[in-house]
Amino acid sequence: MGRKDRLNPFRRKPPSDELPPDAGARAWTSSARIGRILDQGFGFLVVGAGISVLALAALLGWELYQGAKEAIRRYGAGFLVSSHWDPVAGRFGALPFLYGTFVSSALALLLAFPLSVATALSLTEFAPVRLRRPVLALVDLMAAVPSVVWGLWAMFEMVPWLRQTAFPFLQKFFGWLPFFQGTIYGVSLLAGALVIAMMITPIVTSLAIEILQSVPLTLREAAWALGATRWEVMRVAVLPYVRSSLVGAGVLGLGRALGETMAVTMVIGNRPEILLSLFAPGYTLASVLVNEFAEVTSEEHLSALFEIGLTLVAVTFVVNFLARLLIRSVPFFFAPRPLRTQSMETNG
Amino acid sequence: MSPQPNPSHPKPHSQKEASNEERADSRHFWIRKVVDRFFQILSILAAIVVISPLLLVFVFLLSSGGSSLTWDFLTQLPKPVGETGGGMANAIVGSCILVSLATLVSTPVGVLGGICVCEYGDARLRAAIRFTADVLNGVPSIIWGIVVYSWVVLRMKTFSGLAGGLALSFIMIPLILRTTEDVIRLVPSAYREAGLALGLRRGQVILHIILATARRGVLTGVLLAAARVAGETAPLLFTAFGNRVWAAHLQEPMAALPLQIFTYAISPYPDWHRQAWAGALVLLALVFFMSIVVRALAKGKSQ
Repeated sequence: MGRKDRLNPFRRKPPSDELPPDAGARAWTSSARIGRILDQGFGFLVVGAGISVLALAALLGWELYQGAKEAIRRYGAGFLVSSHWDPVAGRFGALPFLYGTFVSSALALLLAFPLSVATALSLTEFAPVRLRRPVLALVDLMAAVPSVVWGLWAMFEMVPWLRQTAFPFLQKFFGWLPFFQGTIYGVSLLAGALVIAMMITPIVTSLAIEILQSVPLTLREAAWALGATRWEVMRVAVLPYVRSSLVGAGVLGLGRALGETMAVTMVIGNRPEILLSLFAPGYTLASVLVNEFAEVTSEEHLSALFEIGLTLVAVTFVVNFLARLLIRSVPFFFAPRPLRTQSMETNG
Repeated sequence: MSPQPNPSHPKPHSQKEASNEERADSRHFWIRKVVDRFFQILSILAAIVVISPLLLVFVFLLSSGGSSLTWDFLTQLPKPVGETGGGMANAIVGSCILVSLATLVSTPVGVLGGICVCEYGDARLRAAIRFTADVLNGVPSIIWGIVVYSWVVLRMKTFSGLAGGLALSFIMIPLILRTTEDVIRLVPSAYREAGLALGLRRGQVILHIILATARRGVLTGVLLAAARVAGETAPLLFTAFGNRVWAAHLQEPMAALPLQIFTYAISPYPDWHRQAWAGALVLLALVFFMSIVVRALAKGKSQ
């Protein structure tokens, strides 16, 4: 009461407490109180929802750590450097899975990155304007294809084709390289890498498109004004401006690639060996979880699998974090973007 | 070709020199044009290479799965191992149940969390939540499978539809949070201030003004997240587990379309392979339908 009265210039005297309280005003105050309480309740609800995300992360870390504790205690750092994985004999070394994960993902990125950036360039600069939207829609649809569908197609169409046509061809002409030697099974590290490449291309492409569109129009116009051709505009004005962001998009793609699970499991061959040849079957961190988690043979086995999961989370976290440092201008990680509305206006 | 005076050529040759330069210049321009055209063709070829797998998948599924996509397939239960025929009705319904369950659980948490990141809490809390959501979005989906396995399945001592829905909702929450945040950020702060100036409470401003303005965007985000998890197999492997008959309630193992496709694909029976293709066709149609709705919504927003 006191503060309000001081603020009121027309009221010289403090109100006497004897005045009969106005019934309407009282009703108003009580409904305001209810409103305030409701509002505070809503605030708690909102903050609670926010904090529950932190709780979710804590749950993830805690459960994985609890599951893996036994394996961490028992094998220590040897877990990550030992290359023997034999659940029956009780030997658990994750190196073949780390190797398979990294090689297949890196190879996939090597294939996908140039293609994605080139596609992004064509969709922002080179392709006829009328074709851009439909192609963009196809790229978006491609990102929506479930992993298991990719895997199904790869299993029944791509792998047989690789076995009969592509791999013999590669072996014939590049067989002197150690990567293309050995028996051809079809299911292989290279097949896994190809599937991963197809799955991360749409993601890297749409990120790259967003990055290219973030380049200020004045930079392009300056280059145009100097008489540059389209490619020269790209080379001189656009690409230097976004180089680190593009690399970030690639690293982001790598982060996705490391976690790809189902399709890879279906074509990589699932053999825990480290062989130099890309035609040899491999194994990844995610696919060993798929194949062995449901049929563990012992407590140690389960614990080792939890440690594999922990390793996978750690690896993807580090890679995503690196990407985040590299990309500044673009939404971090791969969050779906509901509003690609201001797409093509920047360059007609 | 520089036009500096040369004692060995005493006669003036400015006329000739200029034409030479012109010719060199035009040749240079010709090369630049060719280079430009080269990179244009290269980039368009890259675009074709990028989208061709999608078309290949389409053609493959239509040609090999289309014939198995019968009315029986959509309405019947799987036959026992060894018998041909039967369908995936339980898996289709199971997928719908799991995705609805996940959406029901994750939408309030994700949307309110997105509001929290934009409107409530102090700056450090917001940054922490946003960062955590980003980290969670990067976590491979199979990890959620094993986390929910050890958190729910081991405790309930049974695989269940509930656990499957929970695993999917854990994937959806950070996705919805981030998209909600993005669309709420687009609401002009003048709206907010106008509401506050009218004496609305913070919660009222958020519910009646901000969410009402960003409604379509929020809905788009939720649908997008649902479309994404509808195709997920990995988190369901050790949670919903799959079921060859109808699940009577949520505490029972539940079939799901992606799960069934995977099981059938790695099986040795040709009849199951055919069914996996047909199932993949159904799944793809479902996911594409959702994506198209999302695109239509997002487009409507911009106009």
